[in-house]
Amino acid sequence: MADEVVLLGFLPSPFAARLKIALAEKGVEYEYKEEDLRSKSPLLVQMNPVHKKVPVLIHNGKPICESLIALQYIDEVWNDKAPLLPSDPGLRAQARFWADFIDKKEMIWAAKEEEHEVAKEFFDCIGVLEGQLGDKAFFGGETLGFVDVAVIPFYSWLSVFEKYGNCSVEAKHPKFTAWTKRCMEKESVSKSLPDQRRVYDFKVGGILTKLPIDQDL
Amino acid sequence: MMHCFDMLYSPTLLETQYQSNELQRETQRDAYEFRKLGEVKVLGASLSIFCCRIEWALKHKGITYEYIEEDLRNKSTLLLKSNPVHKKIPVLLHGDKPVAESLIILEYIDETWRENPLMPDDPSEKAMVRFWAKYVDEKCVISAWTASRTKGHEQEKAIESTQESLKLLNKLIEGKTFFGGETMGFLDLVVGSLPNWIKFIEEFVGIKLFDTKELSFLHEWAQRFTEIPIIKESIPMKEDLLNYFRAQQNAK
Repeated sequence: MADEVVLLGFLPSPFAARLKIALAEKGVEYEYKEEDLRSKSPLLVQMNPVHKKVPVLIHNGKPICESLIALQYIDEVWNDKAPLLPSDPGLRAQARFWADFIDKKEMIWAAKEEEHEVAKEFFDCIGVLEGQLGDKAFFGGETLGFVDVAVIPFYSWLSVFEKYGNCSVEAKHPKFTAWTKRCMEKESVSKSLPDQRRVYDFKVGGILTKLPIDQDL
Repeated sequence: MMHCFDMLYSPTLLETQYQSNELQRETQRDAYEFRKLGEVKVLGASLSIFCCRIEWALKHKGITYEYIEEDLRNKSTLLLKSNPVHKKIPVLLHGDKPVAESLIILEYIDETWRENPLMPDDPSEKAMVRFWAKYVDEKCVISAWTASRTKGHEQEKAIESTQESLKLLNKLIEGKTFFGGETMGFLDLVVGSLPNWIKFIEEFVGIKLFDTKELSFLHEWAQRFTEIPIIKESIPMKEDLLNYFRAQQNAK
């Protein structure tokens, strides 16, 4: 039976982008469905009745919700290519910890009312992650790993954070910027991430919808 | 280890005896190093709903460990060094490798010691377990905690959210012995002491969160779960929590 893979997403969502990157890395063919979050599809509500949020990965009719959980699922099912998590339990725990870290921080900055506070939380987070990256090319070592895939989608949001923080990411965090460039050299990443301009128009310009960006939208 | 192979190439009798003793010492030293690497410690706080998950997982797998009680008002250097990002318990130390965040620790334990597995094998079942574990921590626990610390409209919202989330757990356990099936698994440890903790909050704060009739499946599961020997000997009971927090209140 051929695998049927569907991804329910939303263009500006960094969480949906994580899954696009992972599926591309693994060479998995899938059908992408863009959700209108002002009017959620019956399929979305049926597949994620608890949270009614994107992204949802649907594999042969079975839904997998929550982006980091779906990332692990993708890694476990399509395990012949481009492993995201290492095999050593200690390194796996570390990768899970840092991916969880950015999601915890995201919940904090998404809840802030003042733009400069949003920017501060985001850049604090980036500073900590830079320390973790050290001199490695990627968080995963020589190739993209779990943490890289979890973090890089926020690249599309950098124009928004730069505006909120009234600063330049490259000036503030050159190591992080260099890492984003290395990630963007990969087709699986560059083809999966929306233009910074589109995200800026959405969030700052209110184009598409006035919805705030929430965890897993 | 390499020079023990060199020793095998010097075969006089006396030398052989010396080599044998040296090899024995070498082997013992290696075994000690391995054991040292393998030492397991848990930094925790008794009555914590997150810490008991870790101890249960280790006991379930028959792993010996040293438990270190943390005074959360005066965190130890070891805790701050082992979890500099969050500075929270529980932390598992395996040799000198720290692992933080209870759900991540549970997965680490399950992946390191493969006997008596807690997670199912099938990836989609694993994903479901992870989903509900996250739900417990992000919805049930946070709502109940918020309900215990707020008043007015915010408290009402938190109470409603707690009740709704417990109803979902109740539905999930309907028709099952344990969340893990016939025997307890990952999700049982995660839900673990939640019912006791919620009942403690109810009494301590004076709000209604856990309707035993409405949550009959969850209530029955809690009774079965508490009867499991490794759980029974250490699960934080409502009375323990009440005594502790009332004492804290009186001390102020």
